[in-house]
Amino acid sequence: MLPRAEWGATKRRIPLKIHEYQAKQVLAEYGVPVPQSGVATTPEQAVKVAEEIGGELWVVKAQIHAGGRGKGGGVKLARSLDEVRQHAEAILGMMLVTHQTGPEGKEVLTVLVESGQNIDRELYFGMVIDRATSKPVVMASKEGGMEIEEVAASNPDAILKEYVDFEFGLTPFQARKLAFGLGLKGKEVGQAVKLFMGAYQAFVNSDASLLEVNPLMVSKEGQVIALDAKMNFDDNALYRQKKIEAMRDLTEEDAREIEASKYDLNFIKLDGNVGCMVNGAGLAMSTMDIIKLAGAEPANFLDVGGGATEERVEVAFKLILEDEAVQAVLINIFGGIVRCDMIARGVIEAAKKVGVEVPVVVRLEGTNAEEGLKLLEESGLGLIPVQGLAAAAERVAGVVKGDN
Amino acid sequence: MTVLVNKESRVVVQGITGSQGTFHATQCMEYGTQIVAGVTPGKGGQSALDGKVPIFDTVKEAVAKTKANVSLIFVPPPFAADAIMEAADAGVDLAVCVTEGIPTFDMMKAFNYVKKTSTRLIGPNCPGIISPGEAKIGIMPGHVHLQGRVGVVSRSGTLTYEAVGQLTSLGIGQSTCIGIGGDPIIGTNFTDVMKLFNEDPNTDGVIMIGEIGGSAEDEAAVWIKENMTKPVVGFIAGQTAPPGKRMGHAGAIIAGGKGTAAEKMKIMSECGIHVVKSPADMGAKMKEVLGL
Repeated sequence: MLPRAEWGATKRRIPLKIHEYQAKQVLAEYGVPVPQSGVATTPEQAVKVAEEIGGELWVVKAQIHAGGRGKGGGVKLARSLDEVRQHAEAILGMMLVTHQTGPEGKEVLTVLVESGQNIDRELYFGMVIDRATSKPVVMASKEGGMEIEEVAASNPDAILKEYVDFEFGLTPFQARKLAFGLGLKGKEVGQAVKLFMGAYQAFVNSDASLLEVNPLMVSKEGQVIALDAKMNFDDNALYRQKKIEAMRDLTEEDAREIEASKYDLNFIKLDGNVGCMVNGAGLAMSTMDIIKLAGAEPANFLDVGGGATEERVEVAFKLILEDEAVQAVLINIFGGIVRCDMIARGVIEAAKKVGVEVPVVVRLEGTNAEEGLKLLEESGLGLIPVQGLAAAAERVAGVVKGDN
Repeated sequence: MTVLVNKESRVVVQGITGSQGTFHATQCMEYGTQIVAGVTPGKGGQSALDGKVPIFDTVKEAVAKTKANVSLIFVPPPFAADAIMEAADAGVDLAVCVTEGIPTFDMMKAFNYVKKTSTRLIGPNCPGIISPGEAKIGIMPGHVHLQGRVGVVSRSGTLTYEAVGQLTSLGIGQSTCIGIGGDPIIGTNFTDVMKLFNEDPNTDGVIMIGEIGGSAEDEAAVWIKENMTKPVVGFIAGQTAPPGKRMGHAGAIIAGGKGTAAEKMKIMSECGIHVVKSPADMGAKMKEVLGL
C-alpha cells in the first residue's frame, strides 16, 4: 500500500520482459539446450552469424517482445546465406504487426539468426505462479506451437500440470510424469527431465513470473531442444537481479510509462479523452469504470500513490496533458490520512506550473475535504470542485460531451 | 464481537522505528488500539512513540514480555517476508503485513511457513484491518469509519475507504473492514474472510470488492452460494481495463482472456451476490438489501 519509494526500494513498477535471445541465454546457463545462434542488427552481421553457425539451414527471427511474430512475417527460414541476407534486410526496420503489438506494430531493431532444425514434433512447456494454490505450476502439452490459451480454452485436458511444493522444488518424478505424459520415449525422456529441472532452476533463481518454451522441439535425431523462449520477471525482485535488469530494452516500453515509473506513478495509456489522476490502484480502476458508465472514455489509468504530493501531481498532470486526445481531466483523491487541503494546494501549484488548458474536475474526499474544495474554487485556475464519485464522473463526462 | 480484532487485541509493530511504522503506529494508538510493543532488531531496550512503547530485538521477546497477540508489519520489502515468518514463529494469532513490493518467491516461502503455524496472515500489500470503535490495525483513515454491522472485504486500499465512506454517509456502520491485499500471494483470501463474517453474530451483510485478475472472487462466489446466510454486495474494479496491462496491483492483470471483470461479475451474480456496476452504488445497494 505504501509507495515503494517511501520504503527506499526500487521505483520501477513495469513488469520486466526480455527478448527471446536473452531468455535463451538465461536458460542455457542452466543447461537447457537451445539452437546455436547469434544476434544481428544489420544484414551483414546476420550473414556473418550464419557463416559462423555453419550448416545449410537457418532461421531469421525478429526480436520484439510481442508474441505471434511468425504469423506477422517476423520469422523466416533461409536455405542460403543470400536468403539470410534478404530476410534480415526485410525484417530489420520493419513495423511488425502481431495480435499483441496493436495495429501500429513494433519496429524490429534486432534479429536472432539460428541454425535450422530437423523438427519431428513441437511440444509446449511453461511455468507460472498459480495464485489459487500459491505454488509454481509447471505445464506441458503435446499441442506445441499454438497459443496455449487457445489450447486451454478448447481442450484443457491436453495441458499437463504439476504443482510444485516450493520448499522442495520441482522433483525428478514430477519432471518424468510430464515427459511420459508428452509421449516422449527412450533417450528423449532423460533429456526432457534435465531440461525441465534446469528451466525450473532458472525460473526460481532469476525471480521469473512466467517462462514459456513454445515450441519445445523434438528433432528427427531425437534431440529435445528449446526452440523458442519467453520469460517475464517479478519487478519486486529486480533489486537482487542486476543481470536480468540489465536486459531491459527501453525501446520496447512506452516512454510515458517509463517516465511515470521514475516518480513511482503507475501510468497506462488508454484510448479515451478523459484524463484520470487517482490515488490507489483499485480506486483508479473504478474511476475509469465510472467514467465509462457516465458515457465518456478514460484516456489513461494513473495511480499517483498514497501520498499525492505536489511533485507527483505535477508529473502526473504533464503525463496526462501530453496526450492530445485529452479534453478534460478528472482528479479523484480519497485523502484518507493525508489532509485534503494539502492535496488541494499540491494540485493548484502543479496546475499553475504546468499551465492546464482543459477543464479539470476535482473530487476530494477525507480529512479537510471542504477546505480543500474551497481552495480549488478560489484558485482562479478553472478547477471544478465536485462532491461525490458519481457526480464527479457525470460532470467530467458532461464537459467532454459539451453539455457543460 | 467483531472479526479477528477488537479492543482486547494487543499489537506489536514490527518496523516501528521506520518513518511509516512510527507514523501509522501513532495513528493506530490515537484511534484507541493497544500498541503494546515495537520490534526493531538492534534497538531492543529503547522505546518508541515518545516513550510509550517498549522496543524489543525479536518478536518472540515482545510477545513473551507484553502478551502481544497481533503483529502489524511495516518492514521494507527485502526483509518483510522474514518478518512475517518471525511473527508466526513467535505465535501471534494474527500478522498484518502492510508492506508493498515483496518478491513473489519470498512471499511463497513465508506463505508456506505461516501455513504450518496457527498464525493467520493478512496481506501483504494491504491497508490492514479495522473494527470501528474497537481497534485499527493498519493504515486506513480511522475517521471515515463508523461502528456497526456491515463487513467490508477488499483487495485494494482507497477503494475500500470509498465503500466505507459511502456506508458511513448513509449512517450504516461497519463491524470489521479487511483489506486482503493486491499481490498474487496473500495470506487470507476472500473465502476465508467470508467464513469469518458468516459466523460473526454482529455482521448482517458484507460488501466484497474485487478486481480483475486471478479467480479468487469466483471461488468466493461459489462458496457464498453454498454457505453464506447473509447478503453480499459485490463490485469488481477494472471493467474498462485492457488485457495484458497490469493495473497497479501485481495481481490486477487480465491474462490469456482470463480474469475479466465481466466474467467475474457474471459468476458473482449467478451465485446470488448483489453486484453493482458503479463503484458509487456500493453503499446504497447495501442499504437496499438490508432494508434499512
